[in-house]
Amino acid sequence: MSSPKTLYDKIWDAHVVSEADDGTCLLYIDRHLVHEVTSPQAFEGLRMAGRPVRAPEKTVAVPDHNVPTTPDRVNGIDNEESRIQVEALEKNAEEFGIEYYGVNDVRQGIVHIIGPEQGWTQPGMTIVCGDSHTATHGAFGALAHGIGTSEVEHVLATQTLIQKKSKNMKVEVTGELPAGVTAKDITLSIIGATGTAGGTGHVIEYCGEAIEGLSMEGRMTLCNMAIEGGARAGLVAPDQKTYDYLKGRPHAPSGSDWDAALAYWKTLYSDRGAQYDRELVLDAAEIAPVVTWGTSPEDVLPITAKIPAPEDFEGGKRDAVARSLEYMGLTPGTALEDVAIDTVFIGSCTNGRIEDLREVARIVEGKKVKDGLRAMVVPGSGLVRQQAEEEGIAEILKSAGFEWRMAGCSMCLAMNPDQLAPGERCASTSNRNFEGRQGRGGRTHLLSPAMAAAAALTGRLTDVRAL
Amino acid sequence: MDKFTTLTGVAAPMPLINVDTDMIIPKQFLKTIKRSGLGKNLFDEMRYDDDGNEIPDFVLNKPQYRNAQILVAGENFGCGSSREHAPWALLDFGIRCVIAPSFADIFFNNCFKNGILPIVLPQEEVDKLMADAERGANAVLTVDLENQTIQGPDGGEIAFEVDAFKKECLLNGLDDIGLTLQKVDQIDAFEAQYAKQAPWL
Repeated sequence: MSSPKTLYDKIWDAHVVSEADDGTCLLYIDRHLVHEVTSPQAFEGLRMAGRPVRAPEKTVAVPDHNVPTTPDRVNGIDNEESRIQVEALEKNAEEFGIEYYGVNDVRQGIVHIIGPEQGWTQPGMTIVCGDSHTATHGAFGALAHGIGTSEVEHVLATQTLIQKKSKNMKVEVTGELPAGVTAKDITLSIIGATGTAGGTGHVIEYCGEAIEGLSMEGRMTLCNMAIEGGARAGLVAPDQKTYDYLKGRPHAPSGSDWDAALAYWKTLYSDRGAQYDRELVLDAAEIAPVVTWGTSPEDVLPITAKIPAPEDFEGGKRDAVARSLEYMGLTPGTALEDVAIDTVFIGSCTNGRIEDLREVARIVEGKKVKDGLRAMVVPGSGLVRQQAEEEGIAEILKSAGFEWRMAGCSMCLAMNPDQLAPGERCASTSNRNFEGRQGRGGRTHLLSPAMAAAAALTGRLTDVRAL
Repeated sequence: MDKFTTLTGVAAPMPLINVDTDMIIPKQFLKTIKRSGLGKNLFDEMRYDDDGNEIPDFVLNKPQYRNAQILVAGENFGCGSSREHAPWALLDFGIRCVIAPSFADIFFNNCFKNGILPIVLPQEEVDKLMADAERGANAVLTVDLENQTIQGPDGGEIAFEVDAFKKECLLNGLDDIGLTLQKVDQIDAFEAQYAKQAPWL
């Protein structure tokens, strides 16, 4: 009998085309998602070498990072460089025969939202994209990770990647989540516990009762930030929720293919006795709604805490914290709940799905965004936007004073017109609080959609449980 | 890709942990459709003020480090986004080697694809090289990939580890895609067998 395998081992083994003596493997790739920022040089490389795309039918392209999110974008993109990048993607998709969702297609959206939405993402697959948040797709039990542009070109040309296997790490979250605590709080709390390099060299499998209890949307939020913990990828074993989510999606299997796929998907779990190189256990009951206070996603604290001081840390982190606090304009000892904000951003591949918008609407229904605050909701895809309009969510958000935008990456990385001004402070449902991430000099506090909604109502970081 | 064999050059000290790819090359410079020309915007927000003037205190603006070819940095260098613009910007500036106690995964891989050698060393050895680097242009390091050594300014030698396959590619400036396409028969065979096993894909 073969030795017990982890879910990661199983997916890895099923995709090895060849293996060298030193463990360097050629790994077959099932899906390649492409966006406009990290692909133009790769397509140019193919053209210069006269190489075709090996499997255009396994590749899908969508513009997301650069696109404006105001409705007037139907008239074209003003910024010339952005327009050129988006046009290059469209042209490359056409030339190489790749499915493409253009800016005015209702299926357009953030690449990591539309992959699952269209059924491109399925359990057991290997999925890559020139974007670190490809980890999102791990929610379906797919091995999914970000790659650089050279690797994008490699996958386009060969449908494989040169890889060495990572180590196995298990993160188990036991018990039930308390009220007001969401997938975002879990994933930030894990990074708070492990640090941003805690997962380096590992693929994390998330498991335990609290993870099983998450919806598919919640699992996507969880896996999305695996990269912020340094992990190559995050995984959740597929279950009935996964199958129910996928059934009937445009690119999901159907008919007898569905039955065959389902039978395979049901084998995708870690065997009893499978070995992990590292394990971490968290008790869901101990997790509180959290926010970040610094410029690294590991700078996480419960909303009830106070801003720490550099002296609370050791080694290189002490200098980093001093730098962070200066950048963030924060004083040690200040209660997080006393930190006033200027902007609320709800969206991104971390939290731009329908469930996130429903949660915000539930909290702000019949209430008003604090006077003078800029509050923006950017659905993750045109279809999320459409669904939110059909469910009456858009109306609730607009009545509360939120701007209701078109789909895109928006203020998560500010490559488009949605940016913070220097010194502006934002409660953001996105994934990175790096210096300048949301605009030069902008200050980012990462939190859940529920916490962002609470902050929008009060104009400061707020414990959603107290509302 | 340019070969990497030996490199002798000035090392710039950057004693920061978690240097992320947004610091290395901010998002507004990712709108290019080319690989070249990013060097002037390397570390843009740390290197220039709001009016575009150089900040004299920033290490790469100091006269002794303007031609640095090596960077010595703190742990988890290159964390964050997968943007290959980060190694492109380093390369375009002239940096061919980064030495740190640890690197983020995607950035680490991206370096090798561009003829940049990222070297992982224990913290105490990085500290020593950091101290050497603080001495500026008088402290030239020599990185020898073939022999996997770094020679310090005072003659001391530090050995480093590197993946054998990646080393081979760097030493010979090999193109990954060309190498993989030599295995196209294996890929074809895999695909054929896979299509039978998983016809829904």
